[in-house]
Amino acid sequence: MTFPGRPVLATGRPGPAPRTRTSPQVTMSEATTVRSGPAAPPPTSDAPVLEAVSLTKHFPVRGLRSRGAAVHAVDAVDVALRAGQVVALVGESGSGKSTVARLLARLHTQTSGDVLLHGEQVTAHRGRAFRAYSRRVQMIFQDPFASLNPVHTVRYVLTRSLRIHQPTLRGDALEAALHALLERVQLAPERFVEKFPHELSGGQRQRVAIARALAADPEVLLADEPISMLDVSIRVGVLNLLQDLRDRLGIAVLYITHDIASARYFADRTQVMYAGRTVEAGDSESVTQTPAHPYTQLLVRSAPDPENLASTSRVTAGGEPPNMVTPPAGCRFNPRCPFATDLCRTQTPPLLTIAPGRQAACWGYAARVPGALDGVPADAPLPDLGADAVPVEPASPKDVTR
Amino acid sequence: MTPTAPTGVRHPASSGSQNPPVLEIRGLEVSYGYSDSAVRALRGVDLTLHQGEVLGLAGESGCGKSTLVYAATRLLPPPGIITGGEVILHGDEGPVDVLRMSDAELRATRWQDTAIVFQGAMNSLNPVHRIGRQITDAIKAHRPGWSRARRDERARELLEMVGIAAGRITAYPHELSGGMRQRVMIAMALALEPKVLIMDEPTTALDVVMQRQIVEQIVDLRDRLGFSVVFITHDVSLLVEIADRIAIMYAGEIVEQATADEVYRHPRHPYSHGLLTSFPPLHGPRRELQGIPGAPPDLQSLPSGCPFRVRCPHAMPSCARVHPELGPTALGEEQRSVACLLHDPQVRTAEGVELPASLAV
Repeated sequence: MTFPGRPVLATGRPGPAPRTRTSPQVTMSEATTVRSGPAAPPPTSDAPVLEAVSLTKHFPVRGLRSRGAAVHAVDAVDVALRAGQVVALVGESGSGKSTVARLLARLHTQTSGDVLLHGEQVTAHRGRAFRAYSRRVQMIFQDPFASLNPVHTVRYVLTRSLRIHQPTLRGDALEAALHALLERVQLAPERFVEKFPHELSGGQRQRVAIARALAADPEVLLADEPISMLDVSIRVGVLNLLQDLRDRLGIAVLYITHDIASARYFADRTQVMYAGRTVEAGDSESVTQTPAHPYTQLLVRSAPDPENLASTSRVTAGGEPPNMVTPPAGCRFNPRCPFATDLCRTQTPPLLTIAPGRQAACWGYAARVPGALDGVPADAPLPDLGADAVPVEPASPKDVTR
Repeated sequence: MTPTAPTGVRHPASSGSQNPPVLEIRGLEVSYGYSDSAVRALRGVDLTLHQGEVLGLAGESGCGKSTLVYAATRLLPPPGIITGGEVILHGDEGPVDVLRMSDAELRATRWQDTAIVFQGAMNSLNPVHRIGRQITDAIKAHRPGWSRARRDERARELLEMVGIAAGRITAYPHELSGGMRQRVMIAMALALEPKVLIMDEPTTALDVVMQRQIVEQIVDLRDRLGFSVVFITHDVSLLVEIADRIAIMYAGEIVEQATADEVYRHPRHPYSHGLLTSFPPLHGPRRELQGIPGAPPDLQSLPSGCPFRVRCPHAMPSCARVHPELGPTALGEEQRSVACLLHDPQVRTAEGVELPASLAV
């Protein structure tokens, strides 16, 4: 059942505003037939669709004794999402990975730094501009049990999303778009369209949530732990679905997870965050198989690995993540890092390019990256990662970022 | 399966270790609700826990893992009711049936013989009391003769044991991190040196680094103190690392039981196989995974015959008629059992099928 007469947003439905999308106006059904065609190659240009540049978010702490204090949730994080590519953001709880997604979705406004959509700065955070932006950048949340309104059917949830984002759709075209959406997330339309969320399993609910995001025909999908609330046997199914959408629709996907093994399975690139900073980035296979940063190494070693039962007590670093109101000076991992030196305790390591397309923020690689030690006292002791260090491939000095 | 069911297949698998049993669950039946609308959450579960053993219980949500341990400790909240079976606890005074104890007897064995670390234990500490007081509470109730100084001494000792400085005894829960709170819960559970420690998803809310530390701590404490552990989780790869034996549950039944290594390397039940291939591996070749098609079953309307057949890639016509019992595997391996008709030679002959290669490796 639909409620066509009801305003869909408290602020009123946007009028037939010109679509911000560069493509000509197409209805959903047309878009479907065009885009699900067999050999439409996903646009794989190198320019990022959505980019975060030096994104920083500090949440002020309220309270009498904490005037001026702030939780340093995200500090100078760069993320680049490209069409047809999945980027995984991996980190433990409190590392700031969800905050990055929310900043990209404009649910928070950043303290500093920029969000760029196709190279243009995004400032929208409410009203018409925000809706135009959210049409292109959609988010999927962790808990499909909480993100679907229990009193509405699948039809209502999806129709509403379609009508908000494509107000020209009416009647048969709307119905066709609704069916196309459900088919796209591999739910049989006739079986599911009249169901309420409580009649669906977790995996089916998450598929409806994905369909709702797709109703906007977005260019970017921000998936915040989309599988961690699902039953283990159906998690892979949802990941495969997202992978399929990436391939067929050429959507750029940000996949946030604490499970580095699923990042390896699903993501093209993996970016590891620790305490609000990026500590390592690169293609997923290299990051998981030959982790460069001591934190990534700890993460990979800590993951259950039934193949290597013999190597018990593989974990060398203990400790706990730092207090984010007063994060440690220098490298934020230094209190837990077995290799830390005085340099690590005083100066923040830059994200060094240690191989083509691979970066690590660790002083241990600085000696072998040209230009990385500019501004560092010559006698400062560098950490020695010993046998844990990965080989550094020569790169030109201009690759050294920030 | 009939209500009280060990139908002759009390299998040698249930004596996987040489040690004597400490907890024997036989034909346990649990329903939620009454009469026609009752949901049969456990249907004749047999399980034996041996001394000093870590027994892993794995399965998806709603398969009855938590119900099993709560029923076995009589902590099942209404409307859950135990409708059959027995739970034999081998305490200091010989075997007793937990389900037939009086309330006073039950009160005496709780914490003393079986202690539980609950799901989301981090949030089960009382926020307005110091952790020292919460640890000594249980000691006070069970060791009335102990002086206050002795109780405090024991609490400090317990904290040290789980790797927290004894000085933190005066801390409030909010002053501790999630991992430390979880350790406090483990310390509390061990306060009276129980024989059986039940851990219901103790690490689910923690990140992997903390999970690794806690799990290593549990195994280390088990080696030192010799208690038995029932470890519940949905993460089979974690279980393979810490458990000696694993029981896989599906729809309120145990469908496979074997040593951890055997389950991991040679799963015999299609569901176990599916569970193991649902986790992307961190190492080794990258391959396309499928998970298990369909959704976990609705216990109120289970299919006839084998409850897994609607999701099973190897389902045969017989699966709709015959309910598989836990029995020997087709390869006749010792110390393991499986509930699947594919392992019954008569059914295989009648259906004219071979045991699939994936279940015979």
